[in-house]
Amino acid sequence: MSLLAVDGLSVRFDTDDGPVHAVDQLSFTLGESEVLGVVGESGCGKSVSFMSLLRLLPETATVEGSATFDGIDLLRASPARLRAIRGRKIAFVFQEPMTSLNPAFKIGNQIGEVLRRHLDLSRRDARRRTIELLELVRIPAPDQRVDEYPHQLSGGMRQRVMIAMAVACDPKILIADEPTTALDVTIQAGILDLMRDIRERLGTAIVLITHNLGVVADVADRVLVMYAGRKVEEAPVHELFARPQHPYTNGLLGAVPRPGAGRLREIPGRVPSLAELPVACAFAPRCPRADQLSRSQVPDLREVAPQHHVACFHPGPDAEAAA
Amino acid sequence: MSFVDTSVAAINPRARRRRILRRRFMRRPLAVAGFLVAIAFVLAAILAPVIAPYSAGATDFNALLAHSSRHHLLGTDELGRDVFSRILWGARASIEAGVLATLLAMAVAVPIGIVAGYYRGWVDAAIARLTDVLLAFPFLIVAVGLAAILGPSLTNATIALGIGAAPALIRIARGEALALREEDYVRAAVANGASDLRIIARHVLPNMLSTLIVQATVAIPAAIIGEAVLSFLGLGVQPPTPSWGVMLSDAQSYLAQAPRLAIYPGIAIFLCSLSFNLLGDGLRDILDPRTTR
Repeated sequence: MSLLAVDGLSVRFDTDDGPVHAVDQLSFTLGESEVLGVVGESGCGKSVSFMSLLRLLPETATVEGSATFDGIDLLRASPARLRAIRGRKIAFVFQEPMTSLNPAFKIGNQIGEVLRRHLDLSRRDARRRTIELLELVRIPAPDQRVDEYPHQLSGGMRQRVMIAMAVACDPKILIADEPTTALDVTIQAGILDLMRDIRERLGTAIVLITHNLGVVADVADRVLVMYAGRKVEEAPVHELFARPQHPYTNGLLGAVPRPGAGRLREIPGRVPSLAELPVACAFAPRCPRADQLSRSQVPDLREVAPQHHVACFHPGPDAEAAA
Repeated sequence: MSFVDTSVAAINPRARRRRILRRRFMRRPLAVAGFLVAIAFVLAAILAPVIAPYSAGATDFNALLAHSSRHHLLGTDELGRDVFSRILWGARASIEAGVLATLLAMAVAVPIGIVAGYYRGWVDAAIARLTDVLLAFPFLIVAVGLAAILGPSLTNATIALGIGAAPALIRIARGEALALREEDYVRAAVANGASDLRIIARHVLPNMLSTLIVQATVAIPAAIIGEAVLSFLGLGVQPPTPSWGVMLSDAQSYLAQAPRLAIYPGIAIFLCSLSFNLLGDGLRDILDPRTTR
């Protein structure tokens, strides 16, 4: 049985310029201790889908569908119930480590606060556990760092603190929204390594939201590719990289630099506006394989191989990439 | 961060920050002067019974409207009361009204402003419009009106000044809360299951504190002048209790013979409010991260 089952998730923002359909009919599951990579361009609805699960979106968002976790529908749970899940059972790590810590308090107090709130620890126990957590996320000299303020730490250190805070209560699911984007490459590798370590040691399921396929290849078990608010392809990570089916996935893979592979290919065109949902494949305007069918009907998800689903009328690897 | 920076920070980060702030403050001579003069007035108010040569009501009928002398440093008034002593005693009313009115204004305004800015919605719209309406009336007009309704006394004048100062502070607290609720660390706290109350107490309030401190040092001189105005108009401290406003009011009848009776308390009001203003400006400069280090 899956840990989290999301069914028919749709998110709409009502703006002054009319509604924006950020996520359309997204369904997926997440298993125990699984690492799910979620990829797509900026604005394809990756972050919004997962923020909507914990109802972290502003009030202008209308969320439909269901998200079953631990026998409750997160989208309909009471605020108090939700607060007991946020940070305790499902934790978030955001993209901006530089600004996600309160500058007015020592980092130890900020991690400790989460522990004391959710686990009811005493001040002393919380401090001891905080130091252990800082050790877990490999912060050197944790017993000193615990008394430092955020401005005394580098970006990579702060992201480690954020991760320590997120895993403080041993959550079932850790949702990491572009955790490495704001960091430089060497630090990225360390953070990813840490994520892997946390999964192994604590058995936490991890959702890794990123636009970096290299990151996904590195840590994910399964990959979900999103485009314009819809899921276009889903497959185990090796399967996806070996036999990408959707032309968008092919395009993304073609844009990953590889030594000796020559010029990078880009995907022509740009992400469509989400003001209205086209009754067509959203990728059609940019797709070399698009035909009349793609432009008049929304492709359903089809299973092309075990656990490999794709929403395309003309699936298959790129001829050029295969060559 | 440079090598030297981190190593010093590692020894004692708090002391280091304090030292930086103190150094930045010391580089502003006007702020330092303001600080010293403000402290002097506060001390004068507290120590008036000790340092004043005469009690506030003591009359010397051998020296009515006397000029400055060895016995009476700043001369005497029409009843032979020592002007210097009365100015020291009068500092009590001024400082008391200034500080208490500001505290009252904070106590009223900060919760209201935070609720408006943090929760937004119709509550915010209602509070924001109401403060706009109140701000359309000059501070002193509101204070005079309220003091007139409440009746003349120092306590009522303080309440009137505090409430009169609240709308401006509500607006500031609301603005800060509006900005702070969008901070990433607030979002992170929500994602970690923090309740609204906890977010306000731990994330919103502490981060607006430096702004509020600066606002307080600006509100204090306004309240000091306000107290003088109310007492001058007979709505504040009641004679014979000394207050700079009362002294000014009494001095009116003797402006031709003894203008110094108006000048000395006037100078006291001027210096006292100026010193708090300079202190406030200095604090704003050193606490505002946008000014250069």
